[in-house]
Amino acid sequence: MGEVMERMFRLLVSLGEIYDADRMIPVSSAQIAGVSYKSIGDPGVEFLEDYADKGAVAKIVTFLNPAGMDIEDWQDLKIPASFAEKQLRIMNAYKKMGIVVSATCTPYLAGNLPRFGEHIAWSESSAISFSNSVIGARTNREGGPSALAASLCGVTPNYGLHLDQNRHPDVLLDIHATLEDNADFGALGYMVGKQVKNRIPYFRGIKDADTDQLKALGAAMAASGAVALYHVENMTPEAHLMKIEGLEKLSVDDKDVNEVFSKLSTGKEPDIVILGCPHSSLKEVMNISRKLEGKKLRKPLWVCTSRMVKEAANRMGLTQTIEAAGGRIVADTCMVVSPIENMGYATTAVNSGKAANYLPSFCKQNVVFSRLDTLLENLT
Amino acid sequence: MELLKGRTISPGKVEGESLVSKEPIGFYGGVDPKTGLFIERGHELEGKSIKDKILVFPCGKGSTVGSYVLYGLAKNNQAPLAIVNRETETIVATGAILAGIPCVDRIPVERISTGDHLVVDATAGTVSIVKSTS
Repeated sequence: MGEVMERMFRLLVSLGEIYDADRMIPVSSAQIAGVSYKSIGDPGVEFLEDYADKGAVAKIVTFLNPAGMDIEDWQDLKIPASFAEKQLRIMNAYKKMGIVVSATCTPYLAGNLPRFGEHIAWSESSAISFSNSVIGARTNREGGPSALAASLCGVTPNYGLHLDQNRHPDVLLDIHATLEDNADFGALGYMVGKQVKNRIPYFRGIKDADTDQLKALGAAMAASGAVALYHVENMTPEAHLMKIEGLEKLSVDDKDVNEVFSKLSTGKEPDIVILGCPHSSLKEVMNISRKLEGKKLRKPLWVCTSRMVKEAANRMGLTQTIEAAGGRIVADTCMVVSPIENMGYATTAVNSGKAANYLPSFCKQNVVFSRLDTLLENLT
Repeated sequence: MELLKGRTISPGKVEGESLVSKEPIGFYGGVDPKTGLFIERGHELEGKSIKDKILVFPCGKGSTVGSYVLYGLAKNNQAPLAIVNRETETIVATGAILAGIPCVDRIPVERISTGDHLVVDATAGTVSIVKSTS
């Protein structure tokens, strides 16, 4: 136990030294990535079991990223048993450390919601982006081990986005495109992330966006680039504090957004449609369910979400509607971290800019990227 | 003897023979944690064992899972004795600390050749070239 804490603290001190932090600050919650067996492999399983056996315990509220499978329905999803055995060992190790085995990339929709200005230590790039930008909480882009260290020690080094002076925008984005579907926001995010890389964009001209659309925008920017914080004029909580005079300017119109759809679509006829990257909100599940009422799908459909949202969907009868159409709600996992490439799928259709970015490399998939209505129309 | 002064990333003091890579190293997919053998195709260290060597390279690259690979190497007794870098980024720093592998950075790594006998005092942040091969 002493050795575990010593190494974990040493890790935070070293990261603080590398990034010139002046001190440690308390954090109120952690979000840990590195949960899917597909991502962390045997080295990860052994590390987590060792630390759990040595008595490591979370000091602060700590939630987990998606796993490589639905923890309850994995057999039904035809996940290989050898994979499931390792995945369950990972979940048990985290549980032993007192970590909430939430298995979602949207902790803020599933019971871990920080307030404005709160210091947290989160990994999961889309959740980092959402908490910094939409909520105004403060976190750097943590990796799995550094988020675990913050969870066990209750502190993080004070540098980067924890400091006011590092939250200012670097580039001004003038948006002239019409953004309606959530996929439009994913396409915009993909494009902007590519261009701004790890800088902080300030968006002007986005007329309206709900939290699901901001979730899609931030997730795509964090995947194609390394954007951890963005501001949207009249929408996100720190935007009015920021000076935009003299910033480098970029502009985006409808043509730019439409080009992203064709660029990211590397396949034609999908073997499966997977929605919910990041994990669907209850509102998104309701919308999908409404569109599927009385329909029959020609291809499999997964709607990925957190266990918490799935429970609500069950209670509302949404799960039954989606299943009657031939789809299913899949909890705890998603298309990126589950082994879909070993399950006979070669082309996956998505409405997420983030998923479209990752599927070709992580899952060897051809991608069909389009708006929800188009995806569902082509399936019925 | 030449004394090079750097910065502590992970403490400890060891002595041994160096294995130098001019290219960055990504441990995930780069090194097999079970055997300690370098497996990345086309890498200048391909086929070499890093076990009990002082591994000298400019900086890390690639997947964050690399941290866990360093931990796995240590657990399987295949780890390098120490790591010496020009710039240790977070993936290698994290792995070295988790695994308890002494690690120093801000060292002019071009001064070291494969086969040099080194004393790495990572706690003090120094590397001494005791016996040079050249």
